[in-house]
Amino acid sequence: MVAPPVPTVEATAPRTTPVRRGRRRRLTARDILVLSVVVGVTVVLDLALIWGTSVVSVLLSFTNYDGISPIKWVGIKNYHDILTINPEFGTAVRNNLLWLVFLGLIATPFGIFLAVLLDRQLRFSRFYQSALYLPVALSLAVIGFLTQLILSQDQGVVNAILGRTHGNGIDFLGDSRLNIWMVLLFAGWRHVGYIMILYLAGLKSVDPALKEAAVIDGANPVQTFLRVVFPAMRPINVIVLVITVIESLRAFDIVYAINTGRNGLQLLSVLVVDNIIGEASRIGYGSAIAVMLMLVTLGFVITYLVNILREDSR
Amino acid sequence: MTTVASTGTPAAASPKPATPAGEVATRKKRVRPARVVLYVFLTTIAFGWLAPILLLFYASLRPYQDTQLHGYFSLPSSLSFKYYSRAWNQGDMAHSFLNSFYIAVPAVFITLFLASFLAFALTRVKIPFRKTLLILFTAGNLLPPQMMVTPLYSLYIKIQMPSFVSDSLSLYDSYLGVSLIHIAFQTGFCVFVLYNYMLTIPIELTEASIMDGASVWRQYWQVILPVARPALGALATLEFTWMYNDFLWALVLMSTGDKYPVTSSLNNLRGTFFVDFNLLAAGAVIVALPTLIVFFALQRQFISGLTLGAAKG
Repeated sequence: MVAPPVPTVEATAPRTTPVRRGRRRRLTARDILVLSVVVGVTVVLDLALIWGTSVVSVLLSFTNYDGISPIKWVGIKNYHDILTINPEFGTAVRNNLLWLVFLGLIATPFGIFLAVLLDRQLRFSRFYQSALYLPVALSLAVIGFLTQLILSQDQGVVNAILGRTHGNGIDFLGDSRLNIWMVLLFAGWRHVGYIMILYLAGLKSVDPALKEAAVIDGANPVQTFLRVVFPAMRPINVIVLVITVIESLRAFDIVYAINTGRNGLQLLSVLVVDNIIGEASRIGYGSAIAVMLMLVTLGFVITYLVNILREDSR
Repeated sequence: MTTVASTGTPAAASPKPATPAGEVATRKKRVRPARVVLYVFLTTIAFGWLAPILLLFYASLRPYQDTQLHGYFSLPSSLSFKYYSRAWNQGDMAHSFLNSFYIAVPAVFITLFLASFLAFALTRVKIPFRKTLLILFTAGNLLPPQMMVTPLYSLYIKIQMPSFVSDSLSLYDSYLGVSLIHIAFQTGFCVFVLYNYMLTIPIELTEASIMDGASVWRQYWQVILPVARPALGALATLEFTWMYNDFLWALVLMSTGDKYPVTSSLNNLRGTFFVDFNLLAAGAVIVALPTLIVFFALQRQFISGLTLGAAKG
């Protein structure tokens, strides 16, 4: 899962710098050694394995690399082919968008709503939190199997409840008009718990005096949240929004566990994996899809960073 | 940010004057109807959320013939744990559990160490290029992992390893290789959370130790790290969950089925012609157990340590 960049980068620096300058101990040679080694190792790992490999992928996306024959530069041919003659690409883009709309308009607001409800003195609060969080702890393998147990055509629980057990069951996972919605339900099931936990942690950091003052001023709970707490939570709201967007673009595991992302369950991430490690081994082509995915992702990240930097300078 | 005064307008005044004050004063005295509705709602949602997992557990206790005949939504004829021992043996789970732990446990500790030191260096020592480093790590965590697959594969094949580290003699098809990409990827998330957390630790704490002449390492190890324990607990829970549950990296960076993590062992329980859902259900419960245990063990620190950014109040 994901972490967006930090809101208050230099927030404390201006205030503390004059004081600290006088007191700060000079770094010894040993200090500098420790800092360079640990920070250096971390940075090299990140640069080599994350950024380096991503840049190589960008270059590969302009080639016809297949892992065996020599690499040939083909310009934007891969991109052109993806946009013009790949029927699965359209389905994948549509599904990623559906994912985004569903998580953004339903799952995330519901997670926030539950966090707000749980952010008070309640009995069994631990139980509620645990129950909502549990799906987050499950692996794709388990969730993939759960979808079968609940939705399969001949043995699934939902068909049993509907009384359709003798060969007339609804094919929830196989019907390409239906299955994406079923998968979204499970994705949302997991997403709500994740957002609830993150938002609840954020709510705990809101100064309680703020809420009490609003109550004393005669605000009801809804007004207190909308006019006092929600605006005060702005940095966390933005983070939750970014997480929702990134999760939607990155979705992979649930569809892969159900049917490796075919037959109506295509996603961009699945197309990348299929092309790169599939039998065809069209690495250049798969990389081009990955680059498109990255461009959209970076679009959101940059918007977010610009937002944060503007906030900081204010 | 928003001042309290903005809610004190006449329009905002509650139609029921007793309600706001009652929120504070009578919380313990009498049960208000709104509370009852709240409890009913939350309990319904909680059981709704648990239902699939309870169903999984229920299915794992029932014999195949029973569910085959009556379906999974029916009363049981008998319940037993015998599918668990079968799943454990048939899925060779002891072995694949070890694989998962070889990958996830060192990776969680190393990730937390590197990320907490970096966050410490960014917030306390004020090393150069702080903003660049923060953006580098947090944005890196946002890149789609599929971007890295091919180059990483080629890179890993080329990196030679001594036989006591990897029996494949390269980073490819080794536990270390999978751990390393987890570490590189997840450090971004942890740096981000820990950076925010450490900003809230009073500056006086390290200043006092600096006056005492503490080295950078001692400030980190003896002053900051103990205070950051809730955040480390929360991150340990999340990171263990993600790394243990991961599937993509093991799939693309390993080739020997014998080294695959436990999440893939469920496939061993699927027969070629016939799938026993109840056996799979037992396997699924076993696979899910470690992450649940870690969550319950560290739950107390989970919420308090997961602050992703200080709310402005």
